[in-house]
Amino acid sequence: MDTISLLFILMLSIFVGFELIRKIPATLHTPLMSGANAISGITVIGALALAGGSGGDYVTVLSAFSVFLATINVVGGYLVTDRMLAMFKKK
Amino acid sequence: MSDSTLIINATYVVSAMLFILGLKLLGHPASARKGNMLSSIAMLIAIVVTLLDNSIISFQWILVAIIAGSIVGLLLARFVVMTKMPELVSLLNGVGGLASMLLAWSTVVENTDFTTIERAVIYCALLIGGITFSGSVVAWAKLSERMVGRPIVFAGQMYANLLLVLGVVVAGYLFSVQLDSTLIYLVIGLALLMGIMVVLPIGGADMPVVISLLNSYSGLAACAAGIAIGNNLLIVAGALVGASGIILTGIMCKAMNRSLSSVLFSGFKSVTKSEITIEGEVSPLSAEDAFYVLEAAQSVMVVPGYGMAVAQAQHAMKELQDLLENNGAEVVYAIHPVAGRMPGHMNVLLAEADVSYDLLLEMDEVNPRVESFDVAIIIGANDVVNPAARDMEGSPIYGMPVINADLAKNVFVLKRGMSSGFAGVDNPLFFKENCRMIFGDAKESLNTMIRQFSN
Repeated sequence: MDTISLLFILMLSIFVGFELIRKIPATLHTPLMSGANAISGITVIGALALAGGSGGDYVTVLSAFSVFLATINVVGGYLVTDRMLAMFKKK
Repeated sequence: MSDSTLIINATYVVSAMLFILGLKLLGHPASARKGNMLSSIAMLIAIVVTLLDNSIISFQWILVAIIAGSIVGLLLARFVVMTKMPELVSLLNGVGGLASMLLAWSTVVENTDFTTIERAVIYCALLIGGITFSGSVVAWAKLSERMVGRPIVFAGQMYANLLLVLGVVVAGYLFSVQLDSTLIYLVIGLALLMGIMVVLPIGGADMPVVISLLNSYSGLAACAAGIAIGNNLLIVAGALVGASGIILTGIMCKAMNRSLSSVLFSGFKSVTKSEITIEGEVSPLSAEDAFYVLEAAQSVMVVPGYGMAVAQAQHAMKELQDLLENNGAEVVYAIHPVAGRMPGHMNVLLAEADVSYDLLLEMDEVNPRVESFDVAIIIGANDVVNPAARDMEGSPIYGMPVINADLAKNVFVLKRGMSSGFAGVDNPLFFKENCRMIFGDAKESLNTMIRQFSN
């Protein structure tokens, strides 16, 4: 896909993001940030194809390390967010 | 489009939708956990469907990387203590940035045939990723007190930074017009250096801004990498994270009455020593005597700050809250947006101590009715309750929105000593007639009050 249509997607996503996140109450800002950490681990799907591809050792090492790091974010981010949110209770 | 690419991209659409719905559900504490679950499902299906990609011929390294990453992530999430959340988020910001930088790096190694625009985008991914990584490492070191938390400023810093920016622009131009395989090391080196230089002069009270900003960068890095490799889902998810970080950064800046540029470039102006003298005397009070006032109180407002996290006093506070409530008093918590070291830090600590979230009030909810509280208990907070911000023109924090705790009928300040807060400003609240200082470890003082109640 050409760069311009990608920029279109970027622009629309940023607006959606602003509208959604503005509504999140201050009390949930820490879980929001750790949840955002997890979502930024989306890099993993970009690195997967390169890590399993035929780009040579150099590419494999770099992208496999990228998969490793992004997975830390995904797993660590979602689990710690869940751990926090489970503590928010109303009595 | 081959069948597998079609399936992959169609699934990405579903995944993007689930990410957005997940964030929407995060808008309320009651549905937030479900939102996080949806978001994680979105991630899971995206990862699984990506494995269908025809260009993947070997799963060996993928498997090793995913298993190792999952173990590390699991251990981090399981064993981090809630007071250390700012450090963890900072670390994860950095890890995310590095992952995106490596992805951009391996993209140029795999394929050198790019247009100028594509190269420029790859350059952005390398740069933002690198800055996020090294900046987050410095922020993490500051937060975990592995290095001094105060702003680090040196002579000629501005010129060094200007030179660095110039270097970044030149390297960007060179990288975009002609891809040279050695140039990439220079670019990465510059990015890493820049991250360090950006975070070094920031510290103390500004840490919540830095963490929010780096959180945003980690998303933008993923976004840039997404544009570089032409992956829609990376762009959508990265943009959501980027927007989230920017909004939080804005809220933090507003709560400190500082512009983003003054946070980034000026450090905290500790040199402007306030010449205003504060009249009055500090009146200490023992925790035992504080009990008699609390016993008679009908309504109590608690203002927590970073000191509560340091003293781990949240559980003792919850215990005292129960006793006060059994005694017929109303107890609420007033939370300033920049209390603690990251947005929402205090709320998580109090939630951990089992405090109901509807008792956690924001500054704007509590300020109009502060006068009606019999007692305000301030635990380890200082600048966020400093009345100088309201009525002492010339004070470095003048204009910052604060919780007007000094207007309550009685104010108890639980504090170790008379040291000033992050901003290095004296607090006239401590000298007011309705204020009593309860010196000592906050947890100890609270426990003394709890013991008095039990007797």
